[in-house]
Amino acid sequence: MISLVTLKLQQLTLRPDGLSGGHGLCAGCAESVVVRQVVFALENPAVVSLATGCLEVATTRFPDTAWRVPVIHSAFENAASTASGIEAAYKALVRKARIEPRKFTIVVFAGDGATYDIGLQWLSGALERGHRFVYICLNNEGYMNTGIQRSGATFAGTWTTTTPAGRAVHGKPQWRKDLTAIVAAHGIPYVAQAAVHNWKDLLAKVRRAEAATGPSFVNVLAPCNRGWRHEPEETMAISRLAVETGFWPLYEVVDGAWRLTGASRKSKPVTDYFKAQGRFRHLLAPGAEKQVDEIQARVDAEWQALIARCAAFKPPPLEGGGLGAGDSKVPPPSNSLLPEAGVSGEGVTDGSE
Amino acid sequence: MTIAKVAAYARNSAHESASRWIPKPRGCKGMATRTRPAPNVVASTPIALNGGEAVAYALRQIEPEIVAAYPITPQTLIIEKFAEYFADGLVRTEFIAVESEHAALSACIGASAAGARAVTATAGPGLALMFEMLGVTSGMRLPVVMHLCTRALSAPLNILGDHSDAMAMRETGWVMMSGASPQEAYDQAIVAHVIAENSAVRLPFANLIDGFAVTHAVERVDVLPDHAVKGFVGEYNPERSLLDLERPVTFGSMDTRDDYFEHKRQQQAALKAAGPVAMHALNRFAEVSGRRYDLVECYRLNDAEIGLVVMGSLDGQVRVAVDAARESGIKAGALRIRLLRPFPAPLVIAALSHLTVVGVLDRAIGFGSAGNPLYAEVAASLYHQPARPGLKSFVYGLGGRPTGHGSLMSAISELESIRTAGRTEPTTTYLGLKQ
Repeated sequence: MISLVTLKLQQLTLRPDGLSGGHGLCAGCAESVVVRQVVFALENPAVVSLATGCLEVATTRFPDTAWRVPVIHSAFENAASTASGIEAAYKALVRKARIEPRKFTIVVFAGDGATYDIGLQWLSGALERGHRFVYICLNNEGYMNTGIQRSGATFAGTWTTTTPAGRAVHGKPQWRKDLTAIVAAHGIPYVAQAAVHNWKDLLAKVRRAEAATGPSFVNVLAPCNRGWRHEPEETMAISRLAVETGFWPLYEVVDGAWRLTGASRKSKPVTDYFKAQGRFRHLLAPGAEKQVDEIQARVDAEWQALIARCAAFKPPPLEGGGLGAGDSKVPPPSNSLLPEAGVSGEGVTDGSE
Repeated sequence: MTIAKVAAYARNSAHESASRWIPKPRGCKGMATRTRPAPNVVASTPIALNGGEAVAYALRQIEPEIVAAYPITPQTLIIEKFAEYFADGLVRTEFIAVESEHAALSACIGASAAGARAVTATAGPGLALMFEMLGVTSGMRLPVVMHLCTRALSAPLNILGDHSDAMAMRETGWVMMSGASPQEAYDQAIVAHVIAENSAVRLPFANLIDGFAVTHAVERVDVLPDHAVKGFVGEYNPERSLLDLERPVTFGSMDTRDDYFEHKRQQQAALKAAGPVAMHALNRFAEVSGRRYDLVECYRLNDAEIGLVVMGSLDGQVRVAVDAARESGIKAGALRIRLLRPFPAPLVIAALSHLTVVGVLDRAIGFGSAGNPLYAEVAASLYHQPARPGLKSFVYGLGGRPTGHGSLMSAISELESIRTAGRTEPTTTYLGLKQ
């Protein structure tokens, strides 16, 4: 089994690929990149529960399917409940000796609309019940599949088709909800924020999520060039900017302990992020300075709060052993799995470079 | 009198015919000829159960892989009893106490696609919350079984029994079968899986149990031994499963205009096939249990001139009223609809065509429709017959309103007046409505 400590990018290409080519996602879309990385990272074969969204409609158009692993889509809001059913079915089928025990990992792929908004109750219920699955939120900060409408993940000031940059109201008036913290408040074993450009950080988090003996959740920033208004080839750069400007800190919550991961450092002003995307163009116009200042102040405050939250927990001791070394039923201490463990927010190479 | 006593009284005659095999002349033309059950009938044991407990008892015996449900009156009896079985380790089932009815059916969908037998139970508003997933379950051809304890829909909030929920469910592609007693709730809970999982059907199944009148009425229920139930239902072995990792399959694709129409047409064919499959399954169940059921139940229709059509637990009272009418020289009969979907139109035609006037008893209003739900089904069934009876619509029992003997006798009187006068008018009579 490949250890993520020594993982090389080229080794990933030897791993089973979840998606085939020929799907209908846009050029520049981050979702297929995330999906393939997640399936690469898993130790076990995946069984996937999909929420309605871009990924689903672009990969399952009858009579074709882009999936090389078992997949089910039933509706928009309920992918976590569907996963609950799969997990419970497996347990009961094994208990009744109807099937042989087998190793596999249930993965949910759902957008931010399906996760933050319409599906929050279904997610919360499944987390509370403790079904073992890896929930990946493909967060592109809006309802892109229906034409770029605002969601609970959409940032304040963002232009969307339901929060236009009008003369009276300049983009979305409300702040986004902190869903990752809401999920963490469920007390599940593993919660993380990741971003598509930092593949090594993402893969390590997915592997830790898989090893958790309960529900796990990874909120992955996945830029949508159509909705964010940037060129397709800029997707990774935009994702990196989101981290560097503090819009999207990379961190994880392991058994309740918060810590920054990877190259999660805030080093640039929010305007750098705004300049790179058409959805924020109105914030660069004269007269928007106050709105920008307010956003910057809140990003700063949230960053400080996150730093304080992470500082409240001692850095975990660095231990040996890579992922996949042990029986997945008894995962190694979860804080030993990342190469950058214990180096909160410091000096780890950004895997995308 | 308590609700339970009223219910027991109401169903008295229906229960007599349901709980034991009594050879009797059949009232329906075109019905299969009956024979005595084969000698391989397994002896049942009589115990006292209410309808909810009877379903839970069947679920313990069936031991589906998944029971996922959210509590709602009057369904709670089922899941509370089943939770006890689960807590006592009497079942190997995974009992998922979900956070909503929508999640209950969603979990069943995931479980069913993973090759498991999945069961849920709900009532009225819970069914309404599930609505989106009803069509998903049938469209994905997953044989989930639901025990629907029929209840009024809000608003105004009302927790008592009527058929508003079941009638709203009719167009969602489920097989729907209605019982009239705890015994029938139990028996149909067993037969449900055999019908739903039949390879020609592969559709979800709703076992309709009248809220309170059946769910909360304690009666004698003849229960089969566990091994007989397990033997009858067998195991669910789908062609494809999400857990078949070597043969990955995509469930729940997106269809464009190129395929959606064809898939819906196939679904219609599968649901139509469920009629004969249900009849066969009920016959096979009779061979095991000795309890014989038809897709429609006829009562004194052979020489009748007027008839009442009913679904569910009012049937017993209807039969009492029919007997009383016969005493006074009115040639009355009754037809109970057991299978609501697929609607057994050929059997309804066979049972009713020769009558002069038929009254259809609806326990739901078809708001703004050309006819209340059951009335419209019966009217559509009879329309193409060269000779057909006049039809009259009655609505009764909404929101748990009791329907007394007097109401049914007045309905029969109205039918008899129509017969004598020789013409019907398309008006609805609301039985037991306060003036």
